[in-house]
Amino acid sequence: MHAMTAIHPSTLAIEGVSHRYGARQALIDVTFSVAPSTFTVLLGLNGAGKSTLFSLTTRLYAIQQGRIRIFGHDVARASSEALRMIGVVFQPRTLDLDLSVTQNLIYHAALHGIGKQQARARADDVLNRVGLSERANDKVRNLSGGQMRQVEIARALLHEPRLLLLDEPTVGLDIKSRAGILGHVRRMVQEGVSVLWATHLIDEVMQEDHVVVLHQGRVLTHGTAAHIIAAADARDIRSAFIRLTQTMEAGHESS
Amino acid sequence: MSAEVMGYRGPTGFTAPQYAICLKGIVWREALRFLHQRERFVAALVRPLVWLFIFAAGFRQVLGFSIIPPYDTYILYEVYITPGLMLLIQLFNGMQSSLSMVYDREMGNMRTLLVSPLPRWFLLSSKLIAGMAVSLPQVYTFLAIAWFWDIEPPWIGYIAALPALILSGLMLGALGMLVSSVSKQLENFAGAMNFVIFPMFFASSALYPLWRVREGSPWLYYVCELNPFTHAVELVRFALYGRINWISLAVVGGCTALFMVGAILAYDPSRGLLARRGEP
Repeated sequence: MHAMTAIHPSTLAIEGVSHRYGARQALIDVTFSVAPSTFTVLLGLNGAGKSTLFSLTTRLYAIQQGRIRIFGHDVARASSEALRMIGVVFQPRTLDLDLSVTQNLIYHAALHGIGKQQARARADDVLNRVGLSERANDKVRNLSGGQMRQVEIARALLHEPRLLLLDEPTVGLDIKSRAGILGHVRRMVQEGVSVLWATHLIDEVMQEDHVVVLHQGRVLTHGTAAHIIAAADARDIRSAFIRLTQTMEAGHESS
Repeated sequence: MSAEVMGYRGPTGFTAPQYAICLKGIVWREALRFLHQRERFVAALVRPLVWLFIFAAGFRQVLGFSIIPPYDTYILYEVYITPGLMLLIQLFNGMQSSLSMVYDREMGNMRTLLVSPLPRWFLLSSKLIAGMAVSLPQVYTFLAIAWFWDIEPPWIGYIAALPALILSGLMLGALGMLVSSVSKQLENFAGAMNFVIFPMFFASSALYPLWRVREGSPWLYYVCELNPFTHAVELVRFALYGRINWISLAVVGGCTALFMVGAILAYDPSRGLLARRGEP
């Protein structure tokens, strides 16, 4: 990962980002990058700071300290250029339940300056990719949780972004829906899209994935899952994660 | 792939048609949401009609008027309160829009709007225009019903009132947006309704001319004079008779700008109240 990053500029570069809510420090000097066409897992427990990092990357919050660049565009200074390069799936559902699937997609397209005709064509395409073409005219309210997520992913792809950010996209879904969504997003990486996938579900990590372990607002390590497992002298990514987080907590207690 | 990624920076800037598409999309969504909430439309009409049919009938004999501009003759009480009731629709509509913004924030929908690559001031202004646009058919439907109740301003008034309604709709929408940024939860919003809607409506010239208020309470008269809602009512009242109340126009224009800047700042990620509280 590091060698690749050195040769090619990152799709997403997070450099020394710290963030606090009043007295509570949510992120501490977070630095990592997402290389082109990779599936990067942002792994951390609830409250690790994953959603805060997403909010900063998407400019929902202003960056207090550090720098975030998307394809070289500084999120703070050139937010328009940066934001049009990313597709985002937030943890909470962000669809209009009373509108149809297509209406939701057309609205999103308009927010990116894409006209109705082009939006309809793209909506057909992205819905086809997530296997929901037949539900295009249904109200979102009538879809299952997994289907709503698929629509959100389709929506995030509508403006053809090069980087996809997904914040805990499979939380609350059944095993089949989870596998479907994960498989679909992984296939997109093969098509050239870079993915940052935030999760606390360790079983979603594969050996070849790039992993960033975030714990209590700090990056404990990053690299391929295989590299992290080897460095922690662990059996698998789960034991490596437990070992890393326990070591950090033990370090805090002793200091 | 790698070489392509290395040089790829994506497009920069947006064209005027893209801004127009975005604005149109936001208005279209607001209109769709409104059409899906039929009870909201009915409530928006019933409220002023109750005032017109019942309240005004009851008070017709109680209140006497001298001839005051823009009226050239003695008028019925129903005629007097009509502009105020038109503004009442817009006031509720503005608050309803902000209620939906609080709801959208809690439900996460607001994020969809705010992560659009178009400038945030433009997105919020578009949302404001959308809310105002939705209020116009409500007001004109009310006027159409009122016509059968013998409230018949000159035909030119229906056209002249439109720009006044656009401006007042924007002012009240911007106020609602500002309220939505300081109201953290829906419960608090109900409080804001009590603290914003009722005081604004009653401490204004909507239901009684200000000279009458001065007779009863001089200090309340000054409060009413300072209330931007009074000026919105007067702007529309004059426009409905093809005239311009310049002072009201200046006050409503100034307040619209002030509230809009306030709302945009409140939703600014670096300065806004939302960022300080740690929510989008």
